[in-house]
Amino acid sequence: MADTLLEIRDLKIEATVYPPGEKPQDIVIVDGVSLALEKGKVLGLIGESGAGKSTIGLSAMSYGRGGVRLTGGDILLNGREIRRARGSALRALRGHEVTYVAQSAAAAFNPAKRLMEQVIETSLWHGVASRAEAEARAVALFAKLGLPDPETFGQRYPHQVSGGQLQRAMTAMALCPEPDLVIFDEPTTALDVTTQIDVLAAIKEAIRDTGVAALYITHDLAVVAQVSDDIMVLRNGKTVEYGPVDQIINHPQEDYTRALVSVRSMEHPEKTDEAESVLTVDHVTARYRGTHFDVLKDVTVSLQPGHTLAVVGESGSGKSTLARAITGLLPPTKGAIHFAGRTLSPALAQRTKDDLRELQMIYQMADVAMNPRQTVGTIIGRPLEFYFGLRGEAKRKRVQELLDQIEMGEGYIDRYPAELSGGQKQRVCIARALAAKPKLIICDEVTSALDPLVADGILKLLLNLQEQQNVAYLFITHDLATVRAIADSIAVMYQGEVVRYGPKASVLSPPFDDYTDLLLSSVPEMRIGWLEEVIAHRKMESAGH
Amino acid sequence: MSPVVKLLAQRIALGLLLLFLVSILIFVGTIILPGDVAQSILGQSATPEALANLRRDLGLNDPPVTRYFNWLFGVLQGDLGTALTSGQDIATQIGARLGNTLFLAFWAAVISVPLAIFLGLLAVRYRDRWPDKLISGVTLASISVPEFVIAYVLIFFVAVKLRWGVSVATINDSMSLGDKLYAIALPVAVLTLVVLAHMMRMTRAAILNVMQSAYIETAELKGLTMFTIIRRHAFPNSIAPIVNVVMLNLAYLVVGVVVIEVVFVYPGMGQYLVDHVSKRDVPVVQACGLIFAAVYIGLNLVADVVSILTNPRLRHPK
Repeated sequence: MADTLLEIRDLKIEATVYPPGEKPQDIVIVDGVSLALEKGKVLGLIGESGAGKSTIGLSAMSYGRGGVRLTGGDILLNGREIRRARGSALRALRGHEVTYVAQSAAAAFNPAKRLMEQVIETSLWHGVASRAEAEARAVALFAKLGLPDPETFGQRYPHQVSGGQLQRAMTAMALCPEPDLVIFDEPTTALDVTTQIDVLAAIKEAIRDTGVAALYITHDLAVVAQVSDDIMVLRNGKTVEYGPVDQIINHPQEDYTRALVSVRSMEHPEKTDEAESVLTVDHVTARYRGTHFDVLKDVTVSLQPGHTLAVVGESGSGKSTLARAITGLLPPTKGAIHFAGRTLSPALAQRTKDDLRELQMIYQMADVAMNPRQTVGTIIGRPLEFYFGLRGEAKRKRVQELLDQIEMGEGYIDRYPAELSGGQKQRVCIARALAAKPKLIICDEVTSALDPLVADGILKLLLNLQEQQNVAYLFITHDLATVRAIADSIAVMYQGEVVRYGPKASVLSPPFDDYTDLLLSSVPEMRIGWLEEVIAHRKMESAGH
Repeated sequence: MSPVVKLLAQRIALGLLLLFLVSILIFVGTIILPGDVAQSILGQSATPEALANLRRDLGLNDPPVTRYFNWLFGVLQGDLGTALTSGQDIATQIGARLGNTLFLAFWAAVISVPLAIFLGLLAVRYRDRWPDKLISGVTLASISVPEFVIAYVLIFFVAVKLRWGVSVATINDSMSLGDKLYAIALPVAVLTLVVLAHMMRMTRAAILNVMQSAYIETAELKGLTMFTIIRRHAFPNSIAPIVNVVMLNLAYLVVGVVVIEVVFVYPGMGQYLVDHVSKRDVPVVQACGLIFAAVYIGLNLVADVVSILTNPRLRHPK
């Protein structure tokens, strides 16, 4: 193994946690993980949040985030043991031999400095290159990564470029000092699918052309299948399965890996029965106060009781604004919203209590949608009090029923949100919406912040509840796998307009309009070589036009 | 118009408006104060006729609105009126006093601001280790003790026991700069101790706040040393809150030093104000109040301007 760049043997990582009301405890977050990476190869680390994948990634720089300590095992980089390294020995390898690409490039760039200054900082600090050489190299990398105006791109400040561009700039920053190893920590997770595919292709090409090795960390198996040579599946800080990408994707050995591979294949037959619409959005146009730009342009959609309408589109397409218009938070400038046989008044303040009750909402961030100082019982009990006047034992009984419905059990009634997992928090939010006995629930990216398997559970729960209670969902999402799993009809939004709308089967079958085609073809598929096919296909198409 | 220029114009206009409102407040405040100027000038034995005559001569019988605008237009032309008790021109008297106060504040600031920022950086660098705890503890102790206690303790040990300084900080125009500095050494030391803690702790908090940011981790993973990270990446992003607290303390050095001036018998604005409040010399009190307000608003305006100018989003719009 002369070519081994990084070897980790029996790594153990611990952290101190401070549970409320108890003494601080040391917990093991990574236990007995071993891996080896050769020069120029890419190893994908995959797992849910809390699996320890970022922690392992950062251990290749001998870095523990927060109070995390690397307490056992060996980390060999270029043949040197680095876990016990301190001070200048550590600083000499960070940014020189190993560099890091963070998930949120927007937060990882210093807002007060120009991009070029930050991109070449490492090269100058470690004496890898002179300023002129480093700048020339940065410009070449900007060009390779497909950034606009590579010559002058570096003169901008971070807030002056888009999220996808920043992510590429961060990749340039990591590659500029010519490291041996780059750690990519969820580099495309925060991006829209249509942007993700470009960044992914740029990263893959840059890795291939520079011959650098990489640790690629993500929770999305379909993404990691596109860029890796090997994949390690992690769960709760332990290795579940480790092998070549073909074995993991096509012949997984472990149940957990099989579950991850099949997670996106949930199907939902669309309902087609015709009934009176529960919601009709009728030629609605809206803009934010003090602006001169319509964020919704002549939007018309409708939804039957017990059905799900998925609204898809990338960030800024107006899908959340549509929810704000329906809920009355943003009164439309034109058009009307008909709901359950009546026309809703545009502004929230004029709506009746029944209007409010029958139209509920669930948000993406369950954490911030609940008061952290109220118990689950209080949170779910509030709409019961407000809409139905339930008190005392009657209220508690109903809360227990609702907890049963979300498959959580009454043991949770006196818990606080901080004591729940991400999926459980979202379930509590669902119960709170259900408590009002609504006819329509608007779900705004409710599974986007969750791990795939947890998200699957939430989707199944929503479908079950729909069957039992005949509630309609307006499901806002950017994730087309979710759409396939839950929708009856689909509205595709782009720049404030509905560009494609109809039953699921017809929206998802050709012929496509340009935007829907781009959107659909950008969703990563669980298949090796998918990325190359799409890129080659797009190049051919653009050459053909 | 660029957004920065627009914002700056807004801030300056707001500052002027605020000053105008404060001038009304000062005027109304001095009117509703109990007591009678004429009475306090002429004493308890004055005849009612003499009092009435004096009130008429001073214009105290005019309606308040007229008196306010007469005063305001005078102020706008640089005429602060005449002191009732001494009959001297207030502007001339205040000129010298204000000069002395600014002299004291300037030297206190020259020492305390860089020291506070340096100590703040040091505390961040050695966070939760003994240098941090020592700096925090000492500065916290010095801010907790009333300033006159610090002043008298310093006078007792430094001026009386060790004879290193003078306890009476009298200065005049005929003194050389060196003599003046020697004279004000003790009040400057006390003022430094008083404002140091606040500025140092804010500097520490502001930088620590920035140190939580993801881009600090990026810098750490670039292999930079801690001090370089603080200097290059943390400090430029914490200038605005630091300047804010520095300006608040500078304002304090100008308008809040009454006690220190009295303890050290320093001929500054504070003592002048206190003297004339006790004599019910309303025009002097109004003039001092207005000048203090102007200094306060002006320095806070500077803080706002600096935080606008250091924000890259405003300086370099998309």
